[in-house]
Amino acid sequence: MSVLVYTESDNGKFKKNALEVASYASEVAKQLGTNVTAISINATENDSLGAYGVSKILNVNNDQLKAFNAKAYANVISEAVKSEGAQVIIVSSSSDTKYLAPILVAKLGAGYVSNVVAIPESISPFIVKRTVFSNKGFAHTQINTDIKVVGVSNNSFGLVENSGTAQIEDINPAVNDSDFSTKSIEIDKVVGKTTIADADIVVSGGRGLKGPENWGMIEELANVLGAATACSKPVSDMGWRPHSEHVGQTGKPVASNLYIAIGISGAIQHLAGVSASKTKVVINTDPEAPFFKAADYGIVGDAFEVVPALIEKLKEFKAQNA
Amino acid sequence: MKILVCISNVPDTTSKINFTEGDTKFDTNGVQFVINPNDEFGLTRAMWFKEKQGGTVHAATVGGPNSESTLRKALAIGADEAIRVNAEPLDGYFVAQQLAEVVKNGGYDLVIAGRESIDYNGGMVPGILATLLNINFVNTCIDLQIDGDNVTATREIDGGKEKITTSLPLVIGGQKGLVDESDLRIPNMRGIMMARKKPLNVVEPIDAIWATNDVKFEKPEPRGAVKLVDAANIEELINLLHNEAKVI
Repeated sequence: MSVLVYTESDNGKFKKNALEVASYASEVAKQLGTNVTAISINATENDSLGAYGVSKILNVNNDQLKAFNAKAYANVISEAVKSEGAQVIIVSSSSDTKYLAPILVAKLGAGYVSNVVAIPESISPFIVKRTVFSNKGFAHTQINTDIKVVGVSNNSFGLVENSGTAQIEDINPAVNDSDFSTKSIEIDKVVGKTTIADADIVVSGGRGLKGPENWGMIEELANVLGAATACSKPVSDMGWRPHSEHVGQTGKPVASNLYIAIGISGAIQHLAGVSASKTKVVINTDPEAPFFKAADYGIVGDAFEVVPALIEKLKEFKAQNA
Repeated sequence: MKILVCISNVPDTTSKINFTEGDTKFDTNGVQFVINPNDEFGLTRAMWFKEKQGGTVHAATVGGPNSESTLRKALAIGADEAIRVNAEPLDGYFVAQQLAEVVKNGGYDLVIAGRESIDYNGGMVPGILATLLNINFVNTCIDLQIDGDNVTATREIDGGKEKITTSLPLVIGGQKGLVDESDLRIPNMRGIMMARKKPLNVVEPIDAIWATNDVKFEKPEPRGAVKLVDAANIEELINLLHNEAKVI
């Protein structure tokens, strides 16, 4: 029962979630008494995976696969599953992987559990814990099929370093023209900025900031912390910030280590979307704001005074701890 | 164009979540059910296609008799017919197989489902459905334009968006952005009256794989009270984040 992990890369570099799912896969392989094989597509730093417990890497280099294509990528992974005889497949929760995973499982006739937050609690039967009801509950879910696909929630397992080296094997699975019946023609993506999905820290602003012109201090705070910026639903609805920054039940989920909510009252839908974050800080003028009940730390105060002070003190802190 | 909108019958977003029968089932007591928000954006976009470009819109769900009121709401918003596959939707793979059968029998050009339901959040039904049918698929779709058989779609990606060209037949995993929130429709009295006369066909499920089942549920641990820090003492917050929470 070997374990296969799909390690996702962007411009050749592994995403942080690739190292996290490799770490997770390594733990599952230990439970099963087997090894981890990774499949990577157009990655240039395969050597780094050995340190996260991967013993073999199936490396695909193919110019046709330069741009992400869910169907073509799912086919490549599916071929690797077959050639390795893998029975447990570990994937991440990035938006690309959530696009390809259902295609992969339908090809393999495999059961798929997404949003998994812990290593399998039982191997036979195979049971994993996942979030449900937009983080308002957990389910312990059993996978009944021979091949099992586990989608690990961002930041739920972390990185576990191992001393090891991986053996790299180049493979060349066939790519079909029919896979490209959906075709990427334009990508509009902020470069050089941490995305909400990858961020350890997320700084989020709400209606309390009064207008888009006041986002400078949110950006600056995020900058000091190396954080991603996010916003509440009303803020994206009013067009103050792009929809891709909207976090909450109908927006993006946040599972960062630290979530700082500024001028966000904490509607139940917002709290559901961010509750997987480990530590939550709320800054709000209204001491009755519901977010205070869901936060670890709070400051009752005016964001326009608190945030600049916080930026200044954090700069001092960073300078001392650099 | 023949459009199928797949609808999940889910607890209203403000619902309190509890479990019952020894934490093996979701407690529906006192819970109001609604059209899954991601599906509602899709339904509204489907109505737009029907009105501007012509076509018919059917709504389908996999669910027990109690999901019919949600289907009636879809009819009141403007869907022409509804289909209920008479089975509890407890596994995404199972649901996708049932919907694939509905699509095969109905000969739809476009299938719009939500990217995920807000109850079980599996996010797999649209992709499995498209693959079982061997047709094109765009997930997390925030814009959809159709001209003849040619499709231009935009999907949300981590940190931005991507424009995709493809063609019908097509399955969409839709979400907020497919239409503006202000375009969502509240059924009016005429719509509700008409919905009563529209066909709501109940079909029995086909034999299908149950790939997963939920063994047990639990609620998150209640959290401790918030630690309040004085606005004049920002250093204290930094100290707590560094030494106690160890996140900076």
